[in-house]
Amino acid sequence: MEFGTSGSLSEDGIHIDMDRLKKGEVNLGTSIMAVAFKDGVILGADSRTTTGAYIANRVTDKLTRVHDTIWCCRSGSAADTQAVADIVQYQLGLFAMMNGKPPTTQTAAAIFQEICYSNKDRLSAGLIIAGWDERHGGQVYAIPLGGSLHKQPYSIGGSGSTYIYGFCDSNWKENMEEAEAVDFVKEALKEAIKWDGSSGGVIRMVVLTAKGADRHLYLPDTDYKVRHT
Amino acid sequence: MPGFDFSNYNRNAALHARGVPLPKATSTGTTIVGCIFEGGVVIAADTRATSGPIVADKNCEKLHYISPNIWCAGAGTAADTEFTTALISSQLELHSLSTGRKPRVVTCMTLLKQHLFRYQGHIGAYLVVAGVDSTGVHLFTVHAHGSTDKLPYVTMGSGSLAAMSVFETQWKAQMTQDEAVKLCSEAILAGIFNDLGSGSNVDVAVITPDKTTLKRNYIKPNERTQKLKSYKFARGTTAVLNEKIIRKEDLGNFVSVQEIHVAEPGDKMEVDV
Repeated sequence: MEFGTSGSLSEDGIHIDMDRLKKGEVNLGTSIMAVAFKDGVILGADSRTTTGAYIANRVTDKLTRVHDTIWCCRSGSAADTQAVADIVQYQLGLFAMMNGKPPTTQTAAAIFQEICYSNKDRLSAGLIIAGWDERHGGQVYAIPLGGSLHKQPYSIGGSGSTYIYGFCDSNWKENMEEAEAVDFVKEALKEAIKWDGSSGGVIRMVVLTAKGADRHLYLPDTDYKVRHT
Repeated sequence: MPGFDFSNYNRNAALHARGVPLPKATSTGTTIVGCIFEGGVVIAADTRATSGPIVADKNCEKLHYISPNIWCAGAGTAADTEFTTALISSQLELHSLSTGRKPRVVTCMTLLKQHLFRYQGHIGAYLVVAGVDSTGVHLFTVHAHGSTDKLPYVTMGSGSLAAMSVFETQWKAQMTQDEAVKLCSEAILAGIFNDLGSGSNVDVAVITPDKTTLKRNYIKPNERTQKLKSYKFARGTTAVLNEKIIRKEDLGNFVSVQEIHVAEPGDKMEVDV
């Protein structure tokens, strides 16, 4: 491991060098979003992961399953968000077996929050949790950097989201049809990818309804028009 | 508990802040790649190890054994890649002994990422994990901070950009074994020739459901050849200006000689007087 020459020695003799701490971290400089619609919820994300100026993965899957119909969008450190999602996936798997029924989205979001808040000074994870359950239908929860939990009708996140606050605010509607909601997510992410240098690649989506999880993939080759698989 | 001891970290950091240079770790400024083909997976690596600007080893091994059907290519700090792969290899063997099943690649990947995440990037191991198990063919990358990716072709290390340019221009779906080996070795050659941190030879490992073949030094593009001329000085080139001979019996006049009694031969040790 390489050590920088910068840094200072504090009173307790501990050397601190902020530049060194997260050098070479894999980041999800991202555009992510989730939207609740009439029959469920849709999660969407771009597919770019970067290490500095290099694209480490151009077809990343930032939409991660934590239970059959509860998924999350990950932004921030790839390592941190994967570790958190793995823990929650385990907890929800155990929950389902112990109670003989699937967990609610709220339960999943609460577990996420517990981990994000109690480790807030060690994590850089911005998460959006979205899920469908029998009792509440489609729901969206956002957990930004500090570990707070927000229930929202729709949520956007990552570095690319700054460019689409206006678009989403003026185009979002309550109780959209599935096709309408898919179109809303796709158009929003297209703008985010267009303006944000840290976002790019393909657009991935997951539609969560009573029927289960349905995956969408849109490639830039066809201007994100054709749905693949 | 298995793991590393960090008790010297603060001492070293304090010394460093006072201007004491830290000892340089041997890093494998490396090119490593992996590629899936129809019915198996190939991984490859260069063989240069560096310590700053010095080539520490011209023919080191960067392909590490995990289990017969899982192999790992390592970049980053040489000691860290060596010890983490050895540690996880050991844990996997015990795990498969207790479950009575062959180890899986995802299990290996999960153990590696959880170990590396625990150490928050202080263990500088950047790995390409490849293997075949009961669930199919797998290829992963694991970064030092604990993040993982699953892709059909991957590159890592300082030569990853050179190697990726080869993959991005030549890769195609459903390749044969020979095509995959050729593509991987060409990607490593791109690293050897275009990246200062990489060099020497190409090592290749091919993993299929039936067997794993390790092709050590598959390509040697940097063989040392005979010099055109000999630069050895002929005997007598240096003129002798004077000569003085000291006989063995007169040696005591110049240095002190002490005879030391050597105990009886063999490996028997004198324990007590």
